[in-house]
Amino acid sequence: MKDNPNGAIIIGASAGALEALSVLLPPLPATYPYPIFVVVHLPPNKRSVLAAIFDLKCQLRAIEAEDKEPVQAGFIYFAPPNYHLSLEGRTHVALSSEEEVLFSRPSIDVAFESAADAWGSQLTAILLTGANHDGANGLSVVVRSGGTAIIQDPTEAYAKAMPEAAIRACPDARIMTLAEISTYLQNIQ
Amino acid sequence: MTETFEKVEDIEIRLLLEALYHRYHYDFRSYAMSSIRRRLRQAREQLGFATISAMQERVLHHPEMLDDMLRFLTVQVSEMFRDPSYFAAIREKVVPHLRTYPSLKIWIAGCSSGEELYSFVILFREEGLEERTLFYATDINPEALAQAEAGIYDIERVRLFTENHRDSGGKGSLSDYYTTGYNRCILDKSLRRNVVFSDHSLVTDQVFGEMQLVSCRNVMIYFDRDLQDRAVGLFRDTLPRNGFLGLGSKETLRFSTHADGFREFVRDEKIYQRIGS
Repeated sequence: MKDNPNGAIIIGASAGALEALSVLLPPLPATYPYPIFVVVHLPPNKRSVLAAIFDLKCQLRAIEAEDKEPVQAGFIYFAPPNYHLSLEGRTHVALSSEEEVLFSRPSIDVAFESAADAWGSQLTAILLTGANHDGANGLSVVVRSGGTAIIQDPTEAYAKAMPEAAIRACPDARIMTLAEISTYLQNIQ
Repeated sequence: MTETFEKVEDIEIRLLLEALYHRYHYDFRSYAMSSIRRRLRQAREQLGFATISAMQERVLHHPEMLDDMLRFLTVQVSEMFRDPSYFAAIREKVVPHLRTYPSLKIWIAGCSSGEELYSFVILFREEGLEERTLFYATDINPEALAQAEAGIYDIERVRLFTENHRDSGGKGSLSDYYTTGYNRCILDKSLRRNVVFSDHSLVTDQVFGEMQLVSCRNVMIYFDRDLQDRAVGLFRDTLPRNGFLGLGSKETLRFSTHADGFREFVRDEKIYQRIGS
């Protein structure tokens, strides 16, 4: 397992996240060469079971990130409720309880922006279903930093507002169905 | 081209942090870069500077801008009885141990505007420990310390504080401890009877006495790994054997060089107990 992988995947989702992630994450093999970060909007004062659910469903290890968790390929890191997730270089996850951004903590924008700072053109950022506008700014930072931006096709998304806002902010992003994103993720190994 | 641009910004950030340290002795040089970068970008935008270098020039020559900088660089997001289950664990699991001491010293490190401090004072009063306890509340930001010392909060936040207090196993009603007026909630000044407020930096200062409990939650998440080790080292030195250290719910000693000085006391609540020498 590489300590400093050459690329990274980051995924943001809100309403409808569980179903969408259940299409994308389980098929990925245990030898997947990239770390995957997942930011899902969650109620702030409840423990989240997302990481536990996907750790059971997936061949990859899924964990809820703690502060300064080392980044390793083959791990899925979920942002915990009530904390922003960001990347401290390519080596560590950092958490923060700074103010909410667009009423969200974790914020997809914050996570996407810091991942773009860390990985630049080697980042793939994917924005899925959701009912607000989080992620649009972050995705445009990913594009400006030379990374790959993918947006779930709003016509099939459980909630369209988030992918639609991202398409307006990032006309250069690729628009794909969940099935296409799944194939894409499996093919970039 | 983009990559080059990013690196220039990182150089600017390093230079600004050096300037703040050499000119004003505020040391943010070992803070977590991802968060510092984000907050300096916000500061640059909101204060209306073209570049971070321009902001550095201004703060270097104009001391009155320091407060603006500190407001962006130090995070002040807290609430009373934040994470009620943490305070419930303090009440149920830690307090029985503390009762065995004739006198107690408690350190709220990075107390910001005081919410966490007052939560502890109220909990200790409810448990009958306040009279024998000295509370140290420290922070690096003088504005935040002044707010902590005033103990005045926006009335809109009181509902959340009240729910948290109840969920933490609070014995009375939170309203026993404050009066209201002008859309403010004013905490009873008797809560400050046994509190010492002090300017203290986990980055540059040393320990100042033996403490039975240190609560330092969501403060060290803004530090890089090395600085976290320094701060935990301070706590290790200030805590006697069996002393307690409480961290934020997503903080851990797992990655610390001082992990061997502590054991998990209440695992889910990130309450550690000092072991060994």
